Amino acid sequence: MTTGTPQIAVTRDAAPPRPGWHVALVRPEAMTLVLLIIGIFAGSQLSEFFLDINYILKSFTISAEFAIVALVLTMVIIAGEIDLSPAASMALSACLFAWAQDAGLGMPLAIAVGLGAGLLMGLFNGVMVIALQLPSIIVTIGTLILYRGLAQVIAGDKSIRVPDWFIGIDKIMVAGIPLPVVIFVVLSLLLGLVLGMTIFGRQIYLIGTNEEAAKHVGIRTRRIKMTLFIMMGLASAVAGLMTASRLGSVRYDLGLGGELQMVLMAMLGGTYIFGGRGTILGTFLAAWLLVIVSTGMIVANVLPAWQLCVLGVLLIVSIIATNFIYSRTQR
Amino acid sequence: MLKKSMLLGLATSLVLGGAALAQDPLKIVYIGKNTGNPYFDSITGGFVDACASLGCEFEFVAPATAEATSQIPFIEAQIQRGVNVIAIAPNSPDALNQVLEDAKSKGILVLTVNGDVTGNEDKRDASILPVNFDIVGRDQVEMVGSLIGYEGEIAILSATTEAPDQNKWIVGMNETLKSDPKYAKMTLVATVYGDDQPEKSTAEMEALLANFPNLRGVIAPTTVGIAAAAQVVQSRGLAETVKVTGLGLPSEMRDFVKDGTVTAFQLWSPYNQGWLAAHFAKGVLEGTIKNEVGGTFEVPNLGTITINANNMINTQAELTTFNAENIDNFDF
Repeated sequence: MTTGTPQIAVTRDAAPPRPGWHVALVRPEAMTLVLLIIGIFAGSQLSEFFLDINYILKSFTISAEFAIVALVLTMVIIAGEIDLSPAASMALSACLFAWAQDAGLGMPLAIAVGLGAGLLMGLFNGVMVIALQLPSIIVTIGTLILYRGLAQVIAGDKSIRVPDWFIGIDKIMVAGIPLPVVIFVVLSLLLGLVLGMTIFGRQIYLIGTNEEAAKHVGIRTRRIKMTLFIMMGLASAVAGLMTASRLGSVRYDLGLGGELQMVLMAMLGGTYIFGGRGTILGTFLAAWLLVIVSTGMIVANVLPAWQLCVLGVLLIVSIIATNFIYSRTQR
Repeated sequence: MLKKSMLLGLATSLVLGGAALAQDPLKIVYIGKNTGNPYFDSITGGFVDACASLGCEFEFVAPATAEATSQIPFIEAQIQRGVNVIAIAPNSPDALNQVLEDAKSKGILVLTVNGDVTGNEDKRDASILPVNFDIVGRDQVEMVGSLIGYEGEIAILSATTEAPDQNKWIVGMNETLKSDPKYAKMTLVATVYGDDQPEKSTAEMEALLANFPNLRGVIAPTTVGIAAAAQVVQSRGLAETVKVTGLGLPSEMRDFVKDGTVTAFQLWSPYNQGWLAAHFAKGVLEGTIKNEVGGTFEVPNLGTITINANNMINTQAELTTFNAENIDNFDF
C-alpha cells in the first residue's frame, strides 16, 4: 500500500462506497416492510378475527382502487410533479360512464366514455402544467374541485345504478384472490419494471432529480411528463369504474378524499415529495401497510379517533425515516 | 422484495386458524353515522340497557366521518367478527347495498335504525324509525291546544318552504284544526318559515308578535325554530301570554323549560329505538317474533308494536312530551 497514488487522492473526497448489504437494506422500502410486519403482528394481537387472509384480501379490495392510482402517482411524484385530482377524476369518469349507460348508450360505449373522460382529464392537467408552465399542485387542486363539481352537475344528488352484470368486480376470484387485488399486483410488477428497468423509467428519475440537466442531455421532459399525466387520468378512470362495479351505483361523491390516501401511500413507501427518489415497491408495500393497519384497528373496534392518531404518527415516522435514510445514503 | 411480501401473505394464511366463533350470547353491533353525536349516544343507551336485561353483547362503532362509503369497512369488520345482528344508521341509501347483501347472505340480521336505505329496502331485514310521521301534526295541535285552553289565535313557525317532513306535518295540523270540533275555537292565523336559521327564525317570530297582538300560541315543528321562538318570548317576557311549543331537543330547550318560558314541547325518544331494536333482534333470531308485515310483538315499556309495510317499525305511537318534570331524564 503506497500513499500519494492518484486513485487514493480521488477517493479521499468521496464517501467510501457502501457495502452491498447496506445498499440493499438501508432504504425507505425496508422501513415500510418492517412497519408492515409490525402492523400484522399488532393486528393479530388486537383481535383474534384479524389474521384471516381472506378477510385481509377482501379489505384490500376497498382500497385497491386508490392503491392502483397511487402506483402511477408515485411515478408522477418521482418526476417532480404532483396530481391531487385523481379521486375527483374517478368520480367524474364513473359518473359519465353511469350517465352514458343510463342514457342507453350501450356498455362498451359507456365504458369508452368513462375511460376517454379520464384520458381527457389527464391531458387537461398535463396541458396546464406543461404548456402553460403552471405549478402542478395549484393546477390539480383546481381540477380536483372542478372535476368533482362537474360530477355533481352530471349526477346531481342522486345515485345512478349500474347494470347487475357489471356489479361485483371484488367478488370475482382469480386463484382465490379478488380481481382488484390481482390487478393491483400485476400493475405493480409492470410499473415496477418500467420504472426500474427501462430507459423511460431512468429518465423519470433524472427529470425529478434535475429537470434542467435532463433537458440538456436531450430527454424530452415535456413529453414524458405529459405521458405521466395522461396515465394518471386513465388509471383514475379505471379505478372509478372499478369502484362503480364494487358499489353497484355511482354518486358524485365517489372516492371523496381519496387523493390524500394515495399521497399517503406514496409517502409511506418512501417516495420523496420533491422528486427523484422512490420506488413502486415502496408504494406497493405501503398500500398493504395502510390496509393492514386500518383493518386491524377497525376489526378490533378501536375508536376512530385513535385510528386517526395512529395513521398520523405512522406518516410522520415514515417521513422522518425517509429523510434520514436519504440524507445518509445519497450524499 | 415483491416476492418477500407475497411470502408474507402466505405466512399469514398459514397462521390463520379460521374464525371459529362461539354462537352465544347474541352479538349486536350498532354502526352510527359518525362518532361524537350525542343523539346517537341516546340510541346506544337504549341498546345497552336492553342488552343488559336480555343478556346479549353490544358494541357501538362508527366511522370518523359520515361519508357515503365510510361505513363499508366497519360493516365488513363486523361480518368478520361474526356478529349476529348489524344495526346501522346508514350514511347512504345505496352505497352500502353490496356489503349489506354480504351480511345478509352470512345470516346476519340487518336492521336500519333511525334512518333507512330508502329504495333498497330489500337490503335490510327491517327498519326501526322513531314515530309514524302521519300523526305528528295531530299531536302538535293537541299539544298547543292543551297549553292555551283550546281557544285563541295560533301560528306555525316552520323550517323551509320545501322541507318535506315539516310540510307533511303542517298539512296534518290544518286538517286536524278543520275536522276536529275540539279545536273549533282555535284559529290558525299564519304559517311562516324561518328556514332553520336562528336569525331568520327570530325575525319571523318577532313579526308574528307584531302582526298578531292576540296571538296565544306558536307551533314550531323544528328544533331551530322552537329554540328561536322561545328566545324571543323569553327576552320579551311574554311567557304568560304566548305559549311556544313544537319539536325540540331537550338539551337545547332545558333552560327555557326550567325558567318557565316553555311549558312543554315534543319529540321522540332516540333511546327507545335502541331499546326496541335489541328486543326485536333477539325475538326474531330466537323465533319468538316473526318479521312479517302486519305482525305484532310486545316490547317491555313500549307495549304492542306492529310491523308496518316495508318492514318498517315505529318505536312509539305518539310523540314524547318533555316538560319540567321529565326533561332532566333526557340527555340528547
